[in-house]
Amino acid sequence: MAFHSFPWFGMDIGGTLVKLVYFEPKDITAEEEQEEVENLKSIRRYLTSNTAYGKTGIRDVHLELQDLTLCGRKGNLHFIRFPTHDLPAFLQMGRDKHFSSLHTTLCATGGGAYKFESDFRMMADLELHKLDELDCLIRGVLYLDSVMSSGPSECYYFENPADPDHCVQKPCTLENPYPLLLVNIGSGVSILAVYSENNYKRVTGTSLGGGTFLGLCCLLTGCSTFEEALEMASQGESTRVDKLVRDIYGGDYERFGLPGWAVASSFGNMMSKDKRESVSKEDLARATLVTITNNIGSITRMCALNENIETVLFVGNFLRVNTLSMKLLAYAMDYWSKGQLKALFLRHEGYFGAVGALLELLHPS
Amino acid sequence: MAECGRVDSNTSHTMDKSITLPPDEIFRNLENAKRFAIDIGGSLTKLAYYSTVQHKVAKVRSFDHTAKAAAGDKLYEISMQEEVTARLHFIKFENAYIETCLDFIKDHLVNTETKVIKATGGGAHKFKELIERKLGLKVDKEDEMTCLIKGCNFVLKNIPHEAFVYAKHADSEFRFQTTNPDIFPYLLVNIGSGVSIVKVESEDKFERIGGSSIGGGTFWGLGALLTKTKRFDELLQLASKGQHASVDMLVKDIYGGSYGYLGLTGDLIASSFGKSATADKDFSKEDMAKSLLHMISNDIGQLACLYAKLHNLSRVYFGGFFIRGHPVTMHTITYSINFFTKGEVQALFLRHEGYLGTIGAFLKGAEEDNPNQYSWGENYAGSSGLMSVSPDMNPMQRARSGTFDMLEMDRLERQLVNLPLLQDPSSYIPDTVDLTEDALAREYWLYCFEEALDGVVKRAVASQPDMPEAALRAEKFRQKYRHKLQTLRQQPFAYGSLTVRSLLDTREHCLNEFNFPDPYSKIKQRENDIALKYYQKAVKSLDELSWEEKQFALVQGVLAGNVFDWGAKAVSDVLESDPEFGFEEAKRQLEERPWLVDSYDQWLERLKGPPHKCALFFVDNSGVDIILGVMPFVRELLSRGTEVVLASNSGPALNDVTNGELQILTERIAAMDPVIEAGLREDRLLLVQSGSSSPCLDLSRLDKVLAMVVRERQTDLVIIEGMGRAIHTNYYAMLSCESLKMAVIKNSWLADRLGGKLFSVVFKYEVPAGKPNKDCGAFSPS
Repeated sequence: MAFHSFPWFGMDIGGTLVKLVYFEPKDITAEEEQEEVENLKSIRRYLTSNTAYGKTGIRDVHLELQDLTLCGRKGNLHFIRFPTHDLPAFLQMGRDKHFSSLHTTLCATGGGAYKFESDFRMMADLELHKLDELDCLIRGVLYLDSVMSSGPSECYYFENPADPDHCVQKPCTLENPYPLLLVNIGSGVSILAVYSENNYKRVTGTSLGGGTFLGLCCLLTGCSTFEEALEMASQGESTRVDKLVRDIYGGDYERFGLPGWAVASSFGNMMSKDKRESVSKEDLARATLVTITNNIGSITRMCALNENIETVLFVGNFLRVNTLSMKLLAYAMDYWSKGQLKALFLRHEGYFGAVGALLELLHPS
Repeated sequence: MAECGRVDSNTSHTMDKSITLPPDEIFRNLENAKRFAIDIGGSLTKLAYYSTVQHKVAKVRSFDHTAKAAAGDKLYEISMQEEVTARLHFIKFENAYIETCLDFIKDHLVNTETKVIKATGGGAHKFKELIERKLGLKVDKEDEMTCLIKGCNFVLKNIPHEAFVYAKHADSEFRFQTTNPDIFPYLLVNIGSGVSIVKVESEDKFERIGGSSIGGGTFWGLGALLTKTKRFDELLQLASKGQHASVDMLVKDIYGGSYGYLGLTGDLIASSFGKSATADKDFSKEDMAKSLLHMISNDIGQLACLYAKLHNLSRVYFGGFFIRGHPVTMHTITYSINFFTKGEVQALFLRHEGYLGTIGAFLKGAEEDNPNQYSWGENYAGSSGLMSVSPDMNPMQRARSGTFDMLEMDRLERQLVNLPLLQDPSSYIPDTVDLTEDALAREYWLYCFEEALDGVVKRAVASQPDMPEAALRAEKFRQKYRHKLQTLRQQPFAYGSLTVRSLLDTREHCLNEFNFPDPYSKIKQRENDIALKYYQKAVKSLDELSWEEKQFALVQGVLAGNVFDWGAKAVSDVLESDPEFGFEEAKRQLEERPWLVDSYDQWLERLKGPPHKCALFFVDNSGVDIILGVMPFVRELLSRGTEVVLASNSGPALNDVTNGELQILTERIAAMDPVIEAGLREDRLLLVQSGSSSPCLDLSRLDKVLAMVVRERQTDLVIIEGMGRAIHTNYYAMLSCESLKMAVIKNSWLADRLGGKLFSVVFKYEVPAGKPNKDCGAFSPS
């Protein structure tokens, strides 16, 4: 296999976030070090010595994979993200650091690889190697699950999802995962049925995704970041906002096996003026989160039934630091399928597309 | 509700002023009302009751001719009798009027058997106390979903053109579905506050297979929060003016264009509200409302499709307050279903969707009357029809107009079923031209019916010379029917697809409503009397012809007889001005062969073959038509060895011969004609009623007895006569046996349209593909 010159990047430009993975070689020989151009060193130093870049770039240090062997080289894999609307600043930086002089291929996926292709060319003198996002996603998922790493297991699930007091995260592996329903929750949602590494189809998607959660929260509460929105949601009570089955029937609707606690109408209580005036921003944020999450859960469940698949893997940045939604999804899958469906999650939630892009650079498929 | 506890009756009547119609025109026939049911929703109340209507009907009775008493020349006597028929009343009004309405009902309710009122809907418990106090009836609550499904089954079975497809940008926004007697299985997606998805497999078997919490309540609640707009209708109004692309993140916002690899177009929504994830930008109320509407409609559509696919169902009906007559939501739901199923599943909506709950609750309460055993028909005179749902109309005006919407359904005396000889009942459409889609034709026919109105009024008055108030009633009829025509001009879709048949039927319903059950009874009587005198002469002259001449003369006779039609304006003019216009004259008026549609040669060839087993003959007019045209033709069929079933209307319509009249006529003819006499005696000539009281013919709604006879007698020839039955309807009807459609075109506009002229002849003899023609069996080994 031809050695691909450093730097090794994979990039995924989504609707909301740009995800960047960077392989930092740790086995650089003295010889190499001498030959290495200054630009390359400076980029490596800049990325690895900081955890925040500019105003909005962040390196998820806890996700870093150390002592990884990739393409015969040992090193660490870094995971960096920044908002898509700050892409111009990133391009400016690339231009300032003369990134183009490294003559590297920048493998990029996500819609932004298409949308911003000319910006990369014009502003930073960079040619993008554009890749399909779903191909990259699946490749990334399968790769990260398979690599041996000293850190915690990539894949996990929730044990006792029905019991909040005993609901705990448990590690697992994606052994014999096929067929697999892969649900990628970014700004929007894509649902894929995966039968093997190279055989998959996009079953459907929904526009009610992470972008909807954040967008509605911003409008309803005046917040401006995902973290803020999640923080508020964690303190709110959605039952003040939603109309539950018991609000209508006084208890369970037994005729149809609907438990009293089930939501009958999301935001249904907000039809009343009095109730609109008595809810808090936190309640609204929580209701938004619950609404979006449950809806994804129910579409997923229907797809699993239609495709006859029992394993569901949830990924995407909507789940980042969002245990609330993950537990809800785990519970919804378990409850409504009467234990038939199992919800799995991955630690590197939103980075699989970028990882897939990096792999494409090293092992063109 | 604050009003509920109010005792002061003066203040509670203040709402009276808002009622735009006098209550006695709304809550009609209350005297005999029983079996009340009420469905109280979030904003509208729907009331149902069963009542009986006393109607004048024209009965014919044969004179005792042996006595030769004061009967004079008349063949039979006509008497007006009171007949009691059952009718279902459904009224929809805003909750604000509930107290006034209950008071009115209490004051006018005479029937004392009624002890309970069936109730359903979310508001049933809220108003329980008020209803019990006002009406003195016990409120008996019924499960909402059960009522909904029962109501849905009922309208799907009994109301033609109940379901429609909504197409915002098409010539006609509504595409009504033909009534398929086989309504099961189907999926009902009820979008109230939340969404319930119900699979209905049979009359009593249904299951809630799923649902969603994102529904009408989400649109309303979240919409109110986002836009500070309180009313549901106002939110829809906002949504209809907004641009969702400023709030939603589209595929092109992410990709710069389309995501070609997956075939996702650039305009597709990738993330609802994806652009509003920012603190430093304001969005317009309209845009947010639009984005919300799209988000919810798409989501519901997607789930509905997933459930439809999982359960392998292709008929999906949408209802609930989110849909109810709102073009905006019907459009977005339709769009979503098209998108997710790539056109494989169509979103269907119902004309009487708002009534399903109350119809179901009523049916629950009326189980001992077995309402499902009968066939019911929408009464066009008493029903408001679908309101204008033009997107341009301000929904606030619509909701606040304070109008009462009504649906009235008559219990039909006969149970109606398909003609067993329809080639494909599911695709059968009775009407030849859909005036909802054909604007030119619509304009002409509406004009034509309006022009003819004076004459109809005149004839109605003349038919009741002994009743001084007839003129007043006729005037009321005129107003009612004119109003209907005006409504139909504005909203051609009000009662389903507009057709010549529906215009005729509406007129009959309006005439009945004002106690003009049979304006033509005397004319028919006179014509029958005259024609009978010529019967023997006509038969004799036919018998003198050679076989081939005779066959042609028989056909010519049916056609010439058919020219005598008071229903068609061109003819009624001639008839009224020149009563001498005779049978022979009519024959001369007929177009020379080749006719406009002419398969006479094939028919003649067929007659040279073996006789038909049994012919079903749908007859048309009284007088010359039936007596001098049809009867000799029937006589010939009988002589050939073919059994004949004469199907005539159950009730009067224009000058069409009714079954009652035909019984007497046939007896009289039998007394003169041994062939007819033998036919009756040997049970080879049967007179059966069609179940219809229309000048047109819907072969999917025929008397069950007729269908049975047709099957038993192994009918292999269907003859349909006259413009109403063979041209306005059934012109394209495909039958599974031989058929013969005969008519004279007595309307110059229609003649023009068909490429002919006035008195052009349609003689359409058809043999279904795949069936052996004339010589079938003739030379087969015995």
